[in-house]
Amino acid sequence: MFAERLSLPCAIRNFPALLMMAFVLPLLAGCGYNTIPTAEENARAAWSEVLNQYQRRADLIPNLVETVKGYASHEKDTLNAVVEARAKATQITVTPDTLKDPEALKKFQDAQAGLTGALSRLIAVSENYPDLKANQNFLALQAQLEGTENRIAVARRDYIQAVRDYNLTLRTFPSVLWATFWFRGNEPFANFTVEEDKMQVPKVDFGTSTKQGG
Amino acid sequence: MRTPPCVLPDISPSRGEPDISPSRGEIGCAVDGAPLAAMEIGEGQGVVQSPPKRGKCPAGQRGARGNACIGGLVGFLCFLFLPLAAFAADLPALTGRVVDNAGIIDAGTRAALTQKLADFEKNGSDQIVIATIPSLGGEEIEPYANRLFRFWKLGQAKENNGVLLLVAPNDRKMRIEVGYGLEGTLTDLHTKLIIENDMVPAFRAGDFSGGITKAVDDMIMVLEGNPEELEARGKRNEQAPVNSDELFFAVFITIWALIFFGSIALTVLPPIFGQKIGPGRYRWLGMTFEPGRRSSSSGGWSSGGGGWSSGGGGGGGFSGGGGSSGGGGSSGSW
Repeated sequence: MFAERLSLPCAIRNFPALLMMAFVLPLLAGCGYNTIPTAEENARAAWSEVLNQYQRRADLIPNLVETVKGYASHEKDTLNAVVEARAKATQITVTPDTLKDPEALKKFQDAQAGLTGALSRLIAVSENYPDLKANQNFLALQAQLEGTENRIAVARRDYIQAVRDYNLTLRTFPSVLWATFWFRGNEPFANFTVEEDKMQVPKVDFGTSTKQGG
Repeated sequence: MRTPPCVLPDISPSRGEPDISPSRGEIGCAVDGAPLAAMEIGEGQGVVQSPPKRGKCPAGQRGARGNACIGGLVGFLCFLFLPLAAFAADLPALTGRVVDNAGIIDAGTRAALTQKLADFEKNGSDQIVIATIPSLGGEEIEPYANRLFRFWKLGQAKENNGVLLLVAPNDRKMRIEVGYGLEGTLTDLHTKLIIENDMVPAFRAGDFSGGITKAVDDMIMVLEGNPEELEARGKRNEQAPVNSDELFFAVFITIWALIFFGSIALTVLPPIFGQKIGPGRYRWLGMTFEPGRRSSSSGGWSSGGGGWSSGGGGGGGFSGGGGSSGGGGSSGSW
């Protein structure tokens, strides 16, 4: 009897609440549920762009090595260093799924930094060959290489920004609720770090050491 | 009236990104409702309260509410762009196609260049902008140029077909930054050659105006070297002035809503608020309504649509079309 008397008003009292839920729940999707997946996808897309630009650089290198070989075939060491560094760099790929692993990212970064170093030595060496410097093909490759290095820098900057945004959504207030209650599997992505050798102030010496790479 | 503050965060983070999973979103909400109960209640009140208000709202206030809505939208947009403006406080403003903050281009050349670049944009919608700044303030020219390019949003949003020619005379550096969409046409090599062959010799001789003019001529020549593509770009962006698609959509929706809801309002509201002056005839707001029959006195309503179309078109000066750059182009020094 009591139950009967209670259940009817209960249903009536709950009806507006149910109606409200029906209206409000779809709106809740706009209350930040999408924030974390959106930021994550942005970071992944930014990472793809980084990989894309590194790949573009790797694709330029065989042509560059061939061109330099034609004029400076006895710079074997420098040329080989570039080829080896390229092989090493292309072996290590960081897929978006392993972005959470700082070690993997560090390996990738080290390999690419090795290639950057080898390439800059190659360009420095080529300064000694006026014929090579006047070669149209070499000029074109050099312009492309410079452009690609800059694109890499931009892509890395975008990635750093995207990862910062994503990691912030996992740690800051409204979205951290979603992270704790729903997106438990989401971990912060690893970001680029400045290599240790770049954090030191460059040493300047005038002619006391031998010419770089020469 | 589903504009509780709750919806706003949905708009801001999803900048052009595909919506990931709206259906999953609802599930997430359903399961996860408990921890957010406080928020739900707050919003629920907003949603529940609004319908009765709408019902009692006389037609005169309807327009006012609409205005408040537009005002709110504009305010929100301002809020959206505020952080961007604050971030880029150190960057020069886009005052025209030639932003000569270093004062190295003479007035005649500046006018000629502006005219040339405006004509060129009419052709294929490509935006070329020349900027000179006295000093880079210790920054490298590449990141600065990229920042400036993105701040000014050169090129059309869908094409990313902007070009920025940046000269920093005190640092003796220049750069041609090319938007994503033109990287294939105006390649790094082109820009390198333009810098080395046009600008460096002229700049060394102190002839900034001449060097820049030559560089612009050559850039236009390269971009016009592929006329079909240029024309296609121009056609795609013919109604380029400020998001005409959205404006058209807004006008369409407004007219549709006026017809649809207006007719409902005309049949429903007069019997409620009006004064009965006969069987099936009501006098309200100085007009006579006959909801039972086809009423001819609804002419006054259609004028409401005019206010929209004039609102969006007022973009007199030059502004970027929303393009971006990924660091294409090349730099040089003299």
